[in-house]
Amino acid sequence: MQVNFKLNGTPVVVDVEPRMHLADCLRDELRQTGTHLGCEHGACGACTVIVDGAAVRACLMLAVQVEGSSIVTVEGLSTEEALTPLQTAFRKHHALQCGFCTPGMLTTAHALLTDEPDADGDRIRAVLSGNLCRCTGYIPIVDAVLDARAAYRKSDKR
Amino acid sequence: MIGTNRYIGSPVERIEDLRFLRGRGEFVGDLKSQGMLHAAILRSPIAHGRIRGLDSAAARAIPGVRDVIAAAEIGAVPTIPLRLLPLPGTERFLQPVIATGRLRYVGEPIAVVLADSAALAEDGVGALILDLEELPPVADRRASGRHEILLFEESGTNLAMTFTGVLGDAEAAFRDAPYVRRECFEVQRHTALPMEPRGLLAEWDSTQQRMTVLGAAKVPFFNRDTLAAMLGLAPASVDLIENDVGGGFGARGEFYPEDFLIPFAARHVGRPVRWLEDRREHLTAMNHARQADCEVEIACRRDGTILGMRGEIFVDLGAYVRTNGLIQPRTLAQCFSGPYRVPNLHMVVRALLTNKTPSGTYRGPGRYEASFFCERLIELAAVDLGLDSAEMRRRNLIGAAEMPYKLARLEPGGAAVDTECDSGDYGEVLERCLAEFAWEEKRTLQGRLIDGRYHGIAVACFIEGAGAGPKEAARLELEPDGTVAVYVGSAAVGQGLETVMAQVASDTLGMPIDLVRVFHGSTPYLNEGYGAFASRSTVLGGSAVYEGAKSLLEKIRGAAAARLGGPPDDIELVDGRARTRDGRSLSFADLAADGLRVDAMFQNNNKLTYTYGSAVAHVAVDLGTGQVEVLDFLVVEDVGRIVNPLTLHGQAIGGVVQGLGGAFMENLVYDANGQLLTGTLADYLIPTASDFPRIRAIALENHPSPSNPLGVKGAGEGPIIPVGGLMANAVGNALASFGAMPNQLPLSPARVWRMGAEAPMENLGKNARAEPVSDAAGPGRSQIRR
Repeated sequence: MQVNFKLNGTPVVVDVEPRMHLADCLRDELRQTGTHLGCEHGACGACTVIVDGAAVRACLMLAVQVEGSSIVTVEGLSTEEALTPLQTAFRKHHALQCGFCTPGMLTTAHALLTDEPDADGDRIRAVLSGNLCRCTGYIPIVDAVLDARAAYRKSDKR
Repeated sequence: MIGTNRYIGSPVERIEDLRFLRGRGEFVGDLKSQGMLHAAILRSPIAHGRIRGLDSAAARAIPGVRDVIAAAEIGAVPTIPLRLLPLPGTERFLQPVIATGRLRYVGEPIAVVLADSAALAEDGVGALILDLEELPPVADRRASGRHEILLFEESGTNLAMTFTGVLGDAEAAFRDAPYVRRECFEVQRHTALPMEPRGLLAEWDSTQQRMTVLGAAKVPFFNRDTLAAMLGLAPASVDLIENDVGGGFGARGEFYPEDFLIPFAARHVGRPVRWLEDRREHLTAMNHARQADCEVEIACRRDGTILGMRGEIFVDLGAYVRTNGLIQPRTLAQCFSGPYRVPNLHMVVRALLTNKTPSGTYRGPGRYEASFFCERLIELAAVDLGLDSAEMRRRNLIGAAEMPYKLARLEPGGAAVDTECDSGDYGEVLERCLAEFAWEEKRTLQGRLIDGRYHGIAVACFIEGAGAGPKEAARLELEPDGTVAVYVGSAAVGQGLETVMAQVASDTLGMPIDLVRVFHGSTPYLNEGYGAFASRSTVLGGSAVYEGAKSLLEKIRGAAAARLGGPPDDIELVDGRARTRDGRSLSFADLAADGLRVDAMFQNNNKLTYTYGSAVAHVAVDLGTGQVEVLDFLVVEDVGRIVNPLTLHGQAIGGVVQGLGGAFMENLVYDANGQLLTGTLADYLIPTASDFPRIRAIALENHPSPSNPLGVKGAGEGPIIPVGGLMANAVGNALASFGAMPNQLPLSPARVWRMGAEAPMENLGKNARAEPVSDAAGPGRSQIRR
């Protein structure tokens, strides 16, 4: 089936089997491999992408469901030149080790802070609790997201 | 010459992060090869049985399914050798790379289906028809120990190996001891669970008769040699390539059946083959770990001085002895007493085969379990003898003046495998930990009921034997662009190896860190390499890079002196230029034309470094729900020398949280038929962001390692080691008035709830020292709860 959607601002057309989930479509058909698959049953959150503003597990959504949607993946967060404030905070706080869960953490946190730039530590923890990380123990990730809030407050996105 | 020392000791932000944060890491699942087929694996659905037949006709009939490979297609099926401790007798229990008739655990590979897509390959697996004969399973180590049903009939036993750790004369010590206590403890089966499942991409070049395997990790050189032997190729004809690796923790990167099957398949069909493990597969295929139970005793003087420990430990090893499967039982026997002076010890460890996934190492293998057993014994003795938990440990820690301190003699092995605590002041770290935590003040909380929850504190001490030998290789080359390429035999598993090696190299060379490029892990870089296990990369790999950088400096000086004139000692190396005293200079880029290159090898004669530390915790237990909240957790360790405080802190916090997962949540549960009941991440629970928000870690570098030029000690595993024992003791102390005996992990809500609900009446208030203080929140609550 043919599906049309916007990926990181660029219109794409892709021909997929009805059973193909969105993460496989992004990774295998469109070669955007920043979106990772850690469990393929919606438990780990590594494949989180932003669909029309909402953080979504790309392994629990079929590619054919995103017809007409606008999707942002980790590749769409930063420019070639610079890391975003959120990414910079991740680096500063050592909020990643192996880097496998990181794309999902970034997309989840980006969606959260875009909607709630004043989210407190408890709120951030609650939202990130859907994303598993085995390396960091989460503390530096939460610190990084707290640190990045200022940049979202300044922006005009709200 | 370590020049200005700008990088070592500084919180250098990681080089790796720049690609990971942009989604540009290159994990094996991100790779594709022209004409690639996808593999999916049919695995045993039963714990124990025989294959009577495999009908692949329907699978082969599916359009897009290209081949089906089972034992028959492979011919002589190789078994997977032991990488560590290949002791006589173990050859009887090695795993064949594919089932050859007998099935011994749920998840054992039976056939590989190759197809045009992963989905079609899975369709093919679904269409394979198996004819099985079920055998009664050996579901646990008790059944195994009866030897009525055998996994390997020809061996006549389910006992894979017995290890004994001996110090002094335990029998005499116990005979004369004024205080003795015996208890049974148990640690559940759990697993490393890296976030990236395993994967491999194998490419066979039939013209050159070369095999290339991408997706290697941890020990690529050993695995290259192993694979080459199995395929009948020279090691030089096989390359293992390490891409970005999504976490290892001991389990990833060992030689598994798939490490043969996927390359074999690629050669068999003459096309590249990729296999990506799914999570359910992962939970039955990748090494399990930790499962052990014991009956152990402690003997003390009345003042708390430990006279001896002894007992018997049983390890539920699973169905085969895998590459490093004997490390856990070995360590339980040799390192049972941890950092404590236990002059008389006799510990027998029996590793028994069961019809479950085979086990291997997971961060702090054997040490986590031993620490739980040993710290529980010490705590019970302290309570019985009326001693403060910290004072009990203070009295029994190995003293600085006793270094080096020899640990138990191991059999089999003998003097050749002796190991000793190398250096340091264990008491110093304990006191620092207690002071930071305000132990003396918090002691008043012990067993108190506050706002409906019982509070408990505990302390534990640990050692981490790390930096296992024998050696590590590095090569440094001056490149035409004036940069230095550093090749190291250490492997990256997500721990920040590139950054740490670059720090060591750039400090030693006196160069900016962005002029140093690190290449690691893959076999084409070096003739030999030893990889990433036992927290060895910084210790051995770092030392090899340091030695190599020193030699390269000498070569650069020599080359510059030859071109510019004058003695090499008069050449100054500053900011990427070699300069004579009278100011003439050449850039490193100019000198690269001389082919300046150094091969270095660092050997440590198998002498381990011993990082040591102490940890304290404060918990609150809600007996209404069985929930334990960790209100404070502090770990203090001395790592000899800190290369990167940022990554070191990350290792400590991450390790503690993994340990808390093992203490409270993680559990691989099997039923009586040997079926895994926790086969998804919805069933196998690991810590999430909201579970353990309050963890603190402090690293010290007061006592450098005497056994390497950097003075570093291994630092990836220490903080996980004490967590199980510490949590059990904190919960036990909180619930002392109930006579709670948290002797089994995990401390799940149900298990903790039962400690209150099922406490015998006579236990209530039995221990006056820890009797709950009635307060406004609920006077007499302990009575009500019962």
